[in-house]
Amino acid sequence: MITASAVSTLEQILSRYEPVIGLEVHGQLLTRSKMFCGCSADYIGSPPNSNTCPVCLGLPGVLPVMNRVAVEYTVRTALALNCEIPEHSKFDRKNYFYPDLPKGYQISQWDMPLSRNGHLSFTVDGEEVRCGITRVHLEEDTGTLQHAGDILQQARSSVVDLNRAGVPLMEIVGEPDLRSAEQAREYLVRLRQILVYIGVNDGNLEQGSFRCDANISLRRRGETELGVKVEVKNMNSFRAVQRALDFEIVRQGRLLDQGQPIAQETRGWVEAKGATISQRSKEYAHDYRYFPEPDLPPLQIGVDFVERVRAGLPELPQQLMERLQRDHGLSAYDAAIICAEREDARAFEELVAAGVPAKTAANWLMGEVARLSRESRTPLQRSGLGVAGLAALVKLVEGGSISGSTAKELLEELYLPGGDPAAVVRDRGLAQVSDQAELERLVDAVIAENPAAVADFRGGKEQALQRLVGGVMKATRGRADARAVTGLLRDRLAR
Amino acid sequence: MSRPTVADLGASLRRGETSPAELAAASRSALESLAGLHPVLRYTDELTERQAARAARSLAESPEKAGPLCGIPFAYKDVLCVEGVETTAGSRILQGYIPPYTGTALGRLLDAGAVPVAVTNCDEFAMGSSNENSAFGPVGNPWDPSRVPGGSSGGSAAVVAAGAVPFSLGTDTGGSIRQPASFCGVAGFKPTYGRVSRYGLIAFASSLDQIGPFARQVEDAAHVFTAMAGHDPRDSTSSPTEVEPVDEQLGRGIEGMRLGIPREYMAEGLEPGVRTAVESAFALLEKLGATLEEVSLPSTPAALSTYYIIAPAECSANLARMDGVRFGFHVDRPSLTDSYLETRGQGFGPEVKRRIMLGTYALSSGYYDAYYRKAQKVRTLIAEEFDRAFEKVDALVCPTSPIVAFPKGERSDPLSMYLCDVLTLPVNLAGLPGISVPCGLSEGLPVGLQVIGPRFQDARVLRVAHAYQAATPWHEAPPPPPPGAAGRPS
Repeated sequence: MITASAVSTLEQILSRYEPVIGLEVHGQLLTRSKMFCGCSADYIGSPPNSNTCPVCLGLPGVLPVMNRVAVEYTVRTALALNCEIPEHSKFDRKNYFYPDLPKGYQISQWDMPLSRNGHLSFTVDGEEVRCGITRVHLEEDTGTLQHAGDILQQARSSVVDLNRAGVPLMEIVGEPDLRSAEQAREYLVRLRQILVYIGVNDGNLEQGSFRCDANISLRRRGETELGVKVEVKNMNSFRAVQRALDFEIVRQGRLLDQGQPIAQETRGWVEAKGATISQRSKEYAHDYRYFPEPDLPPLQIGVDFVERVRAGLPELPQQLMERLQRDHGLSAYDAAIICAEREDARAFEELVAAGVPAKTAANWLMGEVARLSRESRTPLQRSGLGVAGLAALVKLVEGGSISGSTAKELLEELYLPGGDPAAVVRDRGLAQVSDQAELERLVDAVIAENPAAVADFRGGKEQALQRLVGGVMKATRGRADARAVTGLLRDRLAR
Repeated sequence: MSRPTVADLGASLRRGETSPAELAAASRSALESLAGLHPVLRYTDELTERQAARAARSLAESPEKAGPLCGIPFAYKDVLCVEGVETTAGSRILQGYIPPYTGTALGRLLDAGAVPVAVTNCDEFAMGSSNENSAFGPVGNPWDPSRVPGGSSGGSAAVVAAGAVPFSLGTDTGGSIRQPASFCGVAGFKPTYGRVSRYGLIAFASSLDQIGPFARQVEDAAHVFTAMAGHDPRDSTSSPTEVEPVDEQLGRGIEGMRLGIPREYMAEGLEPGVRTAVESAFALLEKLGATLEEVSLPSTPAALSTYYIIAPAECSANLARMDGVRFGFHVDRPSLTDSYLETRGQGFGPEVKRRIMLGTYALSSGYYDAYYRKAQKVRTLIAEEFDRAFEKVDALVCPTSPIVAFPKGERSDPLSMYLCDVLTLPVNLAGLPGISVPCGLSEGLPVGLQVIGPRFQDARVLRVAHAYQAATPWHEAPPPPPPGAAGRPS
């Protein structure tokens, strides 16, 4: 019998309870037009209600016309997630009133989704996790509301913007197969990565093109029956998902410890408070009264179509990571970082193809390039230097023409404006001092000028050598190979 | 020329005896003189003027190229959207609503040069069989103003019967063109579902609605149908199959055609006068060379309840957009829920509310299988029975309505009103083409003969109706002059 205090920690709660987590992800599709009309699907930045037409405004008398590319993107996603694609599918109306839903119903899919029965596998802390994908279906996004006040029911006034209404939205429903907040986070990271890789979604959590809701319940370890589940919304980053779920695990665990019931409800994550708060109770749950959308004929998804989409699938992150390890000898850790963004992986392969050794290419991308890309908010591909420029620069180092530190300085300087590294090196005389006689002359000069350091080193102070190396580097303005200089100094001082 | 046809007016236009603007003006004054019947909700003056000028230009530039409808005035039901013209679906909730776009079918008529003159009264959101459900007051039947014109397209039927326009547009979800055509003694045609685009038609029940014409002559209805029919990329339920030319079919007669009489449509409930008129029509069709035989559509008795699950279910969703947020009538209340409740509570009339409730209930969790899903299965059965009948016969003939036009206020309970459509709504459930043409009088009131064909055999249905019309005088019988009209016996 466990006697638990009301203030158990996360670790204590996790030792007694097993969290059961399932995630629902909504991803806007990167189609040109909306789901059922010709308006642009790229609504960000348009003046309110300007990106609309009678169809997405839901005016009386209009009819939806299906966006075929959206269907293709959903099938592509489903195939990337190992789903089955049934031959027959249809759209349904999901009925509820809300000012951001112009028709009073959302065209969605109920009992015959475009796909079902998939899975996504990944590793967390060395443990293999296989999360089932219940279904991937297609629907339309709603408009957006802004309230004078916190929530709609208490707002003094609200304004409606329907620019987003009707943007193709894919819903990916995961099975409740996740057992920790870390697993949930990793699932989302992997899922987002796949969607971005296959070009159907831009993976932007902040702007809401990739959104996640979580269902979480707790049960005593060893039990098989599920506990009462709580839906958590409003998590706008991977970190928020992990924090919100950990918060819920603690909140629910403490309630259970006290013998209190868990209310079946929807809770919202409030970043500023670091807590979830109750939004609405399921007692007022909607009856959505789904029924087949009579304005759209049922969908027939032919085998040919599915196979064509399957054949067009790009290499998925997992396959790419395995290949980079196999073909280029990258470590699993390096491969995971390089493959996090498809652009990086592509840059890596281009560098290697240009003759840069794999490990060197990986180090540059994960180190200096990653930093510059982050700081300038400009990925290498869109920088002035580009992948070819980086390859040229790295090859100058590899060939011994310039030192590593010169290369870093040049990378920083040329990253945004671009330029030919070899030309710059030539014009400014930045070439590495590799003439042995010249180096020896410089080393001798530094030894002569620093008798104290020489004495210290000979007296057994290893770090005194660094002062001497620094002296040579200074004299060459960084153009000497530090390793060669060190070797030379040791040679000379040992005599 | 008291009740001119499309052909009459077209000929006058081409002879230069009149102009589209003059014809429109004449129609307008004829419509104004019908004010006592209240078939018109508003006039389209600005659009009329613009469109008459457009038609005049077409006629002047190339009279041969201008089609039969060029310069012909018409009226259309208040559920069809035209850019810039108030469209209210006979409802308070859409009062003041001006669509920013023009629907496909009406747009095609405008392209054919037809000149809209007025928007006609109808039952609110096309829900009704007597036109008594209009938020703007009932319509009188030109044959007897104390009686209903039928519904829901009552205004459109009345203005054609009265001769104010040679044709008009209605919509038919369960009989809303054919039944008022029958009650008013004109031709009313509901095309195959998917033959005419629904884009721009304010939906009542999406899987049942079709736009169609009223005219005094079948050939006029055929012209209008031809101008509107065909695939529309804006309506995914509109058929991509080619439209069979109707002209070639009209006038071919019905020699050798096999016509079926559905036994269940001649059962009890038919008024004796209706039975007599329809049976004489059958006899005449036989004389014209058709062979008639009885067929059976055993699921017919289930059609009414099936319809009153599917149509309300669809309407409960279709009418959800009337929420007062973006357009139309709005009641401002401090809370969102109260705004919704008051806007819809005050904006909708009782019949619309009844059907929204029926549909909401039928779709509710726990009831869906017992009602909606079952209704869909019965609907399939009904369609299959028609298909089987059409393996034996080319078309079906039967009464359009079991009764003639009844006095206003007589059918105050909803069920007796719903029963008016018992012979028309199976056709909508099966998506078939159907037409009503006048076939006699019962106690001085028109009786309609209904011709039903297989899906996409619209031309065949028009052909049978045309052959019947050509052999009978009923379509020429005008309603008696209105009481108080000077110099004529009443």
